[in-house]
Amino acid sequence: MLSGYMTLSTRATAVALGVLAVAGSGCFEQDMANEGRLKPLEASEFFEDGMTARQPVEGTVARGQLFNDDHLYRGMVDGALAETFPFEVTADVLERGRERYEIFCTPCHDQIGTGNGIVVQRGFRRPSSFHVDALRAAPAGHFYDVMTNGFGTMPSYAAQVPVEDRWAIVAYIRALQLAQNATDADLGPQDLEQLGERR
Amino acid sequence: MAQIFHPSTNTLSRLSIFGAAFVVAALAWAAGTWSRSSVATGVGVAQQQQVPFSHKHHASGLGIDCRYCHTAVEESSFAGIPPTATCMNCHSQIWVDSPMLEPVRESFRSGDPLEWIRVHDLADFVYFNHSVHVAKGVGCSTCHGQVDEMPLMWKENTLYMEWCLECHRQPEKYVRPRAEVFNMNWETPTDQFELGRHLVEEYDIENLTSCSTCHR
Ligand code: HEC
Ligand code: HEC
Ligand code: HEC
Ligand code: HEC
Ligand code: HEC
Ligand code: HEC
Repeated sequence: MLSGYMTLSTRATAVALGVLAVAGSGCFEQDMANEGRLKPLEASEFFEDGMTARQPVEGTVARGQLFNDDHLYRGMVDGALAETFPFEVTADVLERGRERYEIFCTPCHDQIGTGNGIVVQRGFRRPSSFHVDALRAAPAGHFYDVMTNGFGTMPSYAAQVPVEDRWAIVAYIRALQLAQNATDADLGPQDLEQLGERR
Repeated sequence: MAQIFHPSTNTLSRLSIFGAAFVVAALAWAAGTWSRSSVATGVGVAQQQQVPFSHKHHASGLGIDCRYCHTAVEESSFAGIPPTATCMNCHSQIWVDSPMLEPVRESFRSGDPLEWIRVHDLADFVYFNHSVHVAKGVGCSTCHGQVDEMPLMWKENTLYMEWCLECHRQPEKYVRPRAEVFNMNWETPTDQFELGRHLVEEYDIENLTSCSTCHR
């Protein structure tokens, strides 16, 4: 009799524990679901510096990353800043340049490149306008070089803007320079008509 | 031998069998409610960070594009969290004495990365990819809510499997033109169904509901 009671109570305890375990597992699920795999930038306890993302061994050159095209990667031709673009500037390139310029440059240089972006209004050093003579005469390679290596207080954008996009931005800055200094003679009949409506 | 159980226990045992059904139902209901409560899902709970970075301030206040900081979101599965150097692009000259930004400057000096606590964190057995969603016209705000109004980051959706599937079954209810993906103020137009069906065709969007899409 007594032993039967015991059994019953043990069974009840087991069932109760089981129910608790099922109910409780909800709380711990997230931790168990996040153990094995490391996501990008997740901290790692394995490596001394705590970073999951490893740097390649110094001096490693990955396939396709020799970067030996001076014109494309450094904006240089024969040791001087390039006057030309390393690839053809099409309408698509210009459009890409506009988009990237608006993401990365407008905060300081503003929409049309006069150098009065919102961050400048909040106290950042004011850059020169892109429409001064010196910069209109500057070679395309100069703009590429500034983005790649920085210029005075302006930091490098090499980490944020890939090489092709940097050239696309240069092309768009050229377009801005042309647009800001355009006269009626530069416009086609369609543009003039549109402008006429607004004037 | 004396009776151990009083006759009334018969009724009691019947009642408890009957009552057990309700107890089970109540437990199931409680579990369901719990798993959808903000305590369990983290939805709407603002995450404190060591630097009180405000998307509201930077994204809507200053108008900085998401891609200025989350540079990888269009090309890779991972959206990317900006390195300290990105903050220093501006904070080398702005708010240079603010104690709030001391951890940023310290990280820049020492080279040790800033640590941010993840807000969205899918289970490791789920595969997710940002680039495909961006390319097929799913806006940031559809999944992350009005990020540009968040002083501190919170989760807008549960990220449960049922939530993913709700859209994967009927993407036409959510997709928008590609050019609007980064527009935080996009509102679902009244003709969303027509627009959605048109975009599903134009972008060649499939209904990806097979398990191996997300569990691989
Ligand atoms: C955080 C603000 C900021 C951002 C963003 C920024 N710049 Fe600058 N830029 C400056 C400042 C400030 C200067 C002037 C630096 C100086 O004179 O010390 C400058 C200078 C320049 C110059 C050199 C002008 C000259 O006098 O020769 C070029 C070209 C330029 N920026 C292009 C760009 C492009 C292209 C982008 C987008 C990829 C960009 N900048 C983004 C702040 C910024
Ligand atoms: C000035 C840089 C910057 C800009 C611009 C920016 N973010 Fe962020 N974002 C961050 C940083 C830093 C974090 C990590 C800290 C945090 O969670 O608040 C973050 C975190 C996030 C997270 C949460 C990540 C997680 O932990 O789960 C989302 C989602 C996000 N950003 C979306 C956006 C969207 C959408 C935009 C455009 C409206 C945007 N961000 C613009 C810097 C930026
Ligand atoms: C494009 C420029 C720019 C970048 C990049 C930037 N900030 Fe800021 N941040 C600002 C400006 C400007 C202010 C001041 C806002 C004002 O004066 O209204 C500010 C203010 C702040 C503040 C003060 C608190 C607040 O929001 O009021 C914090 C904290 C901060 N930023 C953190 C960061 C962090 C962390 C990063 C890097 C993920 C970052 N910022 C990147 C421009 C920037
Ligand atoms: C289809 C839904 C969806 C869309 C659209 C989306 N995200 Fe996410 N985002 C997620 C999920 C889910 C995670 C968590 C990923 C994980 O835990 O691995 C996440 C995580 C993030 C993170 C943290 C870093 C990472 O990649 O894990 C950032 C930053 C972010 N998103 C920014 C953005 C931005 C900016 C956009 C708009 C271009 C965007 N997201 C669009 C669902 C989405
Ligand atoms: C608002 C709509 C929406 C939501 C929410 C959403 N997705 Fe998607 N997802 C899409 C669309 C649209 C596609 C593109 C389908 C195609 O390629 O035809 C897609 C594609 C995918 C793919 C295929 C990627 C590849 O490389 O094949 C994966 C994986 C995926 N989603 C995972 C998820 C996960 C995990 C979640 C939940 C955390 C989620 N999605 C939430 C709309 C959504
Ligand atoms: C659109 C993406 C997607 C598809 C398709 C998908 N799942 Fe999931 N699944 C998820 C996500 C996201 C989670 C994580 C939910 C969470 O963290 O609570 C998940 C979790 C799970 C879990 C764990 C449940 C838990 O509570 O931990 C199982 C089991 C599962 N899925 C099975 C399946 C099966 C079987 C299929 C096919 C019929 C499938 N999934 C299809 C996204 C998906």
